Amino acid sequence: MIRLEKRAAPSRIWAYLTPVVAVLATMVAGGALFALLGTDPWQAIRTIFWDPIFGEFAFYYRGQLLVKAGPLILIAVGLALGFKAGIWNIGAEGQYIIGAICGAAVGLAFYPMEARWLIFPLMVIAGAIGGFLWAMIPGILRTRFNTNEILVSLLLVYVAEQILAWMALGPLRNPEGAGFPGSRNLRNYESAANTELFAGTGMHWGVVAALIAVIFAYILLSRHLTGFHIRLTGESPRAARFAGVNPTRLVLFCLGVSGALAGLAGLFEVAGPSGQISIDFNVGYGFTAIIVAFLGRLHPVGILLAGLLMALTYIGGEAAQATLGLPAAAIQAFQGMLLFFLLGFDVLTNFRVRFGARAAA
Amino acid sequence: MTTPLLQVEGLTKAYPGVIANDDVGFSIGKGTVHALLGENGAGKSTLVKMVYGLVRSDQGEMRFDGEVFSPASPHEARSTGIAMVFQHFSLFDALDVAENVALGMEDPPPMRTLARQIQDVSESYGLPLNPDRLVGDLSAGERQRVEIIRCLLQDPKLLIMDEPTSVLTPQEVEILFQTLRKLQSEGTSILYISHKLEEIRTLCDAATILRLGKVVGSADPKVTSARDLAAMMVGEELKVPAARDHSLGDVALRVDGLSVASPGAFGTSLKEISLELRKGEVLGVGGVAGNGQDELLGVLSGEIKSPAAAILLDEKPVGQLGPVERRALGLLAAPEERLGHAAAPDMSLSENAALSGWLRKGMVNRNIVDWKKARNFASEVISTFDVRTPGTEVPARALSGGNLQKFVVGREILQSPEVLVVNQPTWGVDASAAAAIRQALLDLAAAGAAVLVISQDLDELMEISTTFAALNEGRLSKVRPAQGLTIDEIGMMMGGAHGMEVAS
Repeated sequence: MIRLEKRAAPSRIWAYLTPVVAVLATMVAGGALFALLGTDPWQAIRTIFWDPIFGEFAFYYRGQLLVKAGPLILIAVGLALGFKAGIWNIGAEGQYIIGAICGAAVGLAFYPMEARWLIFPLMVIAGAIGGFLWAMIPGILRTRFNTNEILVSLLLVYVAEQILAWMALGPLRNPEGAGFPGSRNLRNYESAANTELFAGTGMHWGVVAALIAVIFAYILLSRHLTGFHIRLTGESPRAARFAGVNPTRLVLFCLGVSGALAGLAGLFEVAGPSGQISIDFNVGYGFTAIIVAFLGRLHPVGILLAGLLMALTYIGGEAAQATLGLPAAAIQAFQGMLLFFLLGFDVLTNFRVRFGARAAA
Repeated sequence: MTTPLLQVEGLTKAYPGVIANDDVGFSIGKGTVHALLGENGAGKSTLVKMVYGLVRSDQGEMRFDGEVFSPASPHEARSTGIAMVFQHFSLFDALDVAENVALGMEDPPPMRTLARQIQDVSESYGLPLNPDRLVGDLSAGERQRVEIIRCLLQDPKLLIMDEPTSVLTPQEVEILFQTLRKLQSEGTSILYISHKLEEIRTLCDAATILRLGKVVGSADPKVTSARDLAAMMVGEELKVPAARDHSLGDVALRVDGLSVASPGAFGTSLKEISLELRKGEVLGVGGVAGNGQDELLGVLSGEIKSPAAAILLDEKPVGQLGPVERRALGLLAAPEERLGHAAAPDMSLSENAALSGWLRKGMVNRNIVDWKKARNFASEVISTFDVRTPGTEVPARALSGGNLQKFVVGREILQSPEVLVVNQPTWGVDASAAAAIRQALLDLAAAGAAVLVISQDLDELMEISTTFAALNEGRLSKVRPAQGLTIDEIGMMMGGAHGMEVAS
């Protein structure tokens, strides 16, 4: 029989080791899955994890890595603040969409004026405000009426998707687009484009924002009083109340920051890699960021690494689909395994495994 | 001599890092009341858990009625004839008495039969209890009766009672003792666990004294003095807190007609509480648990808001201020629940030191926490209050209850409060540490602070209080000078026996 015994204190070693073990276990189980599908597991794993960085076409994939990791990290850092305090914003995808719409709308409103110094910063601000306001809906409903922010924020994703479709077909549709849905391409409008900062690296302003967010979140959590209060609330809400934490303010702060960061991610995406508001603009970054946040142990630096790893599985997964003919569902299952194993091995941080029957002693 | 009912020999149980029971042996005769005496952490609970089948011993042998006996589960212990009333009740507030009793039985009879049985047992043992009442509405004393009746319905040969009087008023204690004597006269043996010496001297026929997991002696409590029993139990001379004779200053805290609804569904709302607390005064607030103690601490600490003018600190209204603003003004509090209220379990001691101390100890500058100062403050608390811990960076939950208690009380005392409110300051703390905490509270008062101590330990309150009041169903009795109060007067202030007559 296997038993779990609670540790007196959480194991530091395991806290750092679990992500690594989870990745290894994912490789093993994923490899088995690919083998059952009739693909060589070694090749599949190599295609996903190795080739994008060191393979023949790495020059292309490496740029993609930052492009994909940027929004994931930016969103996940914001989410982690709330998750640490036990405030569950599940609707980052919606805030991402609304941020993109607001930012793009501001940019398009100025078209074709040439004033990058003015237009791009305004778009950034509008994107952040859009995401912020969309996150305030679950925030205010929770603090005023005690609704569940998980449900409200999640359901608002679907509302945001409908608004996105309406925008792409209606108000923001490209007047010169021959009636096709979708806005003008912001990449072709220099004053509003989120351009690549160094050619071939995939580095754009969104990646810069993500790095800044990582640094700020790290300082906030480790040194700032608000960060201390966030951790305290997550550890023990009653102790936080005793310490004098105002729960209403904290809920609004966490939801607001995560919403604003998700909105920023949306803006940088729509003005850069994606280029336009279209019906299928959102690709699930807001949901994947939840996995990234947990994979990174809700720690800013961990999230940075987890975001890169997650981006790698995306890119590698696509490559595996293209070159090995693996079905998309298999790749999604593979990514799901990562979170599954992470949470599973997480038990080891707080518990010790004992083998053998319960000692009669 | 006849066979004892329960004989225990060489019982040993070790947990990682601590030997809870080391070669323990004693025996209980049929129809006797046997006391198990010891401080908190002496190993009493582990011992009875082994008898009741909750814990398996590492070594040793038990005989029940002459037969070798080693229960693998409480179920087995119950079917042998052992019943236990725990210190913490396992009752569901939202169910009625009969339903609660049924939940604890092996195969309960139909509800109507059970209700009649409950009525019968409660009448014959003088434990009045209506089977149809909701447990959520019962007093602690009545809840205990539910547990006792549940045990009695199994017709046990041995009844184990773990600190049964800690939640009772003196009058309720008297009713309980009458019941226990009646049981004893019918041949039931009782294993009575307590650290209250006077109770044991009035009730018990024999006593086994445990210290640090070992039997350090046995005595006939009827003829041994309380002082001698205490000396065996503690193993060192008790430091009695120094006498207090300093004059009282101005009113530091005034509570005026304070009524506040409890935030919890089964909490107790505070009703019309008024009191004055002077500088240098120690006001002891007694009362049975669940009569508004948590709520009183909450409204004073600022966790529960009240009308602004209902609480005056130095004659300034503070009822609407939060905990941080009240700390700034010098009103500090230490809640009863150590883990999860006074301290965050998984956070380190230095983080927990910052939890309530960051403001007054200047650990935060422009919203940036200076963790070095937090560590220093934690070390100061640890050394001043003799907190046994490997360091400041261990999580709070790794400390034993008593050590963490010293830490959370010390954390507030060392912030030099103007007014300090503490709830159960020495709960679960060993005798010498408890004496140290009490002395620190007295020193604080002597230095001119006003101290309000909420406690269920009447001996403690009598020892340190200048004035005394009792909470009963959310109301505070009149505040009276502590000196010269009799136990009967205190009992009446605490609400008597909740309208229950003594068994005949």
